[in-house]
Amino acid sequence: MSKISVQEQDFDVSRELRAICNGRTDIGATVSFVGLVRDMNLDDSVAGMTLQHYPGMTDKALQKIVSEASQRWEVQDATLIHRVGELRPADQIVLVCIASSHRHDAFEACSFIMDYLKTRAPFWKKEQLKDGSSRWVDARESDGHAAGRWEK
Amino acid sequence: MATVLYFARLGEQLKTSSEELSLDEMGTVGKLVDHLQDRGEPWSSEFESGRILVAINQEMSDFDSAISDSDEIAFFPPVTGG
Repeated sequence: MSKISVQEQDFDVSRELRAICNGRTDIGATVSFVGLVRDMNLDDSVAGMTLQHYPGMTDKALQKIVSEASQRWEVQDATLIHRVGELRPADQIVLVCIASSHRHDAFEACSFIMDYLKTRAPFWKKEQLKDGSSRWVDARESDGHAAGRWEK
Repeated sequence: MATVLYFARLGEQLKTSSEELSLDEMGTVGKLVDHLQDRGEPWSSEFESGRILVAINQEMSDFDSAISDSDEIAFFPPVTGG
């Protein structure tokens, strides 16, 4: 049922939210999350970033995360889009849309998917700074803690 | 021959993103890592950090996992998507 996409192109949130409801009358709530490129990281000005991924594994990993969310909460449909390639500040990076009968399930499933994606999906960011240098972004310990709270 | 892949910062430091390797007696990821570290720098220090993750045939695995010549084994730093 769910839609998973890894793509270079931008996405349109309202179009994805309409698509996920697609004339259904049994959906009580949709929750969407959009991640954006910030122009600041660790006190440095970010000019842009390159998102690399592991093409053979990314789809599988995302599918697995969405399936797990669907087992834990009532998820009627889900859309997960992650962009790769060259991105600039204010660009959209990631979209999660969840449709459910109840808002609680939709909020929890959306939050779970983002926490797991941050620690389990094979994407890596390389930032270009305003001074012309570039660096790979380090994983944050706080992301590990955020994912860990779902295992309690 | 197993396919061995290196992603992101790791691939950049090792100056290679993929290679074909005959695993011979290397039955686990850990043994393969020992073999790669025997190549000297930068291999030894890149794998020394203890922060390298491994996937076998596109599934997250660990250094105790068994591997064979038909496998695709990928090494990479902790992920930073989203």
